[in-house]
Amino acid sequence: MSIARANRMTPYLFLAPAGLVLLIALFYPICYMIYASFLDWNPSQRIGEADWVGIRNYVKLFSDDAFRESMWVTIKFAAVVVTLEMIIGVGLALLLDRNIRGMSVLRTLFILPMMIAPIVVGLMWRYMYHPTVGIFNQTLTSWGFEPIPWLSDGSWAFASIIIADVWQWTPFIFILSLAALQSLPSSAIEASKIDGATGWQQIIYIKLPLMLPVLIVTLLLRLIDSFKVLEVILVMTNGGPGLSTEILSIRINRTASEFRELGEAAAMSNLLLIVLLILTFAMFIYNKAQELRAQRLRAAAEDTE
Amino acid sequence: MPDIRLEHLRKDYGAVTVIEDLNLEMADGEFTVLVGPSGCGKSTTLRMIAGLESVTGGQIMIGDRDVSQLEPKARDLAMVFQDYALYPHMNVAKNMSFALRLARMNKADIDKRVKEVAETLDLKAYLDRKPAELSGGQRQRVAMGRALVRDAGTFLFDEPLSNLDAKLRGQMRAELALMHQRVGKNMIYVTHDQIEAMTLGDKIVVMKFGKIMQAGSPEELYRNPANKFVAGFIGSPTMNFLDAELSEDAGTLHAKGEGFAIPLSAQKAAGLQSHKDRKVTLGIRPSSFAEDSAGIEMPVILSEYIGAQSVLISEMGGQRVAIEVNSVAPVRTGETRNFTVQGDEVHLFDPQSEAAL
Ligand SMILES: Nc1ncnc2c1ncn2[C@@H]1O[C@H](COP(=O)(O)OP(=O)(O)O)[C@@H](O)[C@H]1O
Ligand SMILES: [Mg+2]
Repeated sequence: MSIARANRMTPYLFLAPAGLVLLIALFYPICYMIYASFLDWNPSQRIGEADWVGIRNYVKLFSDDAFRESMWVTIKFAAVVVTLEMIIGVGLALLLDRNIRGMSVLRTLFILPMMIAPIVVGLMWRYMYHPTVGIFNQTLTSWGFEPIPWLSDGSWAFASIIIADVWQWTPFIFILSLAALQSLPSSAIEASKIDGATGWQQIIYIKLPLMLPVLIVTLLLRLIDSFKVLEVILVMTNGGPGLSTEILSIRINRTASEFRELGEAAAMSNLLLIVLLILTFAMFIYNKAQELRAQRLRAAAEDTE
Repeated sequence: MPDIRLEHLRKDYGAVTVIEDLNLEMADGEFTVLVGPSGCGKSTTLRMIAGLESVTGGQIMIGDRDVSQLEPKARDLAMVFQDYALYPHMNVAKNMSFALRLARMNKADIDKRVKEVAETLDLKAYLDRKPAELSGGQRQRVAMGRALVRDAGTFLFDEPLSNLDAKLRGQMRAELALMHQRVGKNMIYVTHDQIEAMTLGDKIVVMKFGKIMQAGSPEELYRNPANKFVAGFIGSPTMNFLDAELSEDAGTLHAKGEGFAIPLSAQKAAGLQSHKDRKVTLGIRPSSFAEDSAGIEMPVILSEYIGAQSVLISEMGGQRVAIEVNSVAPVRTGETRNFTVQGDEVHLFDPQSEAAL
């Protein structure tokens, strides 16, 4: 083998261990799951003993009202939290993007929720939502209001998990937006001031459009994450009351452990995976498109030199 | 268009004072150039006038309005930034029309104005392009165009030509001078390049360490620099400075150094009697030397040919001097030539205060 060729191979050699781990840790389970989704498989059986049922699991899912409800709850949840988080996160970033004393401390405080383990967040909120000793209801009753059935009424429970998620994940959008804002060309913003833009006009015509690439990627990342949310809701409501907060990952968990239908659970997981793959692919396409555009612009600029 | 006055203007960044008690008056329609070495506070001054930088003390008057606390948009200005500051997400037409659209001018008028300005700046073919699709010179013209489409009372420029190559810079300089003749607006222009300052300015303000060293017309600054700094900054090649002593010889004051004695003209000598027998700094422009066989004998250490003129590096009393001569008769390195200096073309400065005598 020539030296040049050996040199070309070097990077792959270094990548090989990681590739191997990826293959074992990622593709093996996925293949396993895809295979399992075609089986009528009960946890007491070994996988070899399970009956092959073809696409029955998938067909069953589509006529299963509980699954459809769960899908709907998940989509509703993802749409609402991501919208709220984007609005609040970007809004806060626009508000706090200035050099006032103490601002760095404030910024650090804002991102704390993101660093707490999800289980802890769930427990914390569950205690705060507690019907009698929770801080919310205690405050309400001490002010003379009726206590609110935070986690025991379907609509309130849905609102409660949204509040907790918004509390935990708005900081993520906040720090990314703030970073985007602070890397904007300051002279373009100054030019817009000279051109007569008010604060709002600067935001709408200059800052937001320039932040857009970062915002789109942030949105997709959050969307992917919000489809996978599990721990916080599991701890807070375990999907209840009824099916009101039973997002897909809880449904999958229950199907496997409570209903003992591993095949069906695998089919659900695969559907969720497809949704996530579509979102990830959308992000990939967006990034590629941006790159191509930048390339085209550079080429055009060189033409005119 | 009103005149602009800066009164006791001051700017501190924390404990650092960048501008200290700046006073300046700019007449209506005047082209004022702020010039000085990098870091002397030119941009800071301009940005305070624009309203992009807060004022620590003093006033900025436009007409009889104190604008020092107003938002930029209330000051009726247009500005061209050193790094162009184009809006990356808007095409050229949108960049140029942004201010007009914010002002809710009607669309037909906007189009007309943008077309007109694009025409004069040779940008018509690029109206649909984004800034990233343009070369440096084109971006610079868009930045200029964005200011020109506006009917602002005052135009501010912060080193707008410094990122261009020499040829384009010369072209744009001429374009700017023409434009000022045409529109006759107030223009305040910041540069560190004295040639730009000399060619463009009706009035030149030379700054150093946040202070004005001298303000006046290009001729004034060249002929009568108020101090050694201005004398050294204005004019190219740079003025020669030599240590000398004033002494009287046969009733005439002479600037005397090692191996030379330059008789001062009566006009120069007037009022210098009190400085007799004191040390002075003698300033001689390279162009003030004249070949004369009766003059001082000077070795040619280096001859730099630059076209119609050549610059000779020589020595006078053990100190380096540059001499500008006509290139007609070639001078070679190593030769010796004789030069005289006219007594009314020298400048004298106090060695301590550096003020002109
Ligand atoms: N934001 C700032 N904070 C502290 N010092 C500054 C700031 N901006 C400028 N300065 C200082 O002020 C001085 C003048 O700067 P500037 O006006 O940009 O100079 P010029 O444009 O003449 O080169 C410089 O010494 C610079 O370091
Ligand atoms: Mg500057």
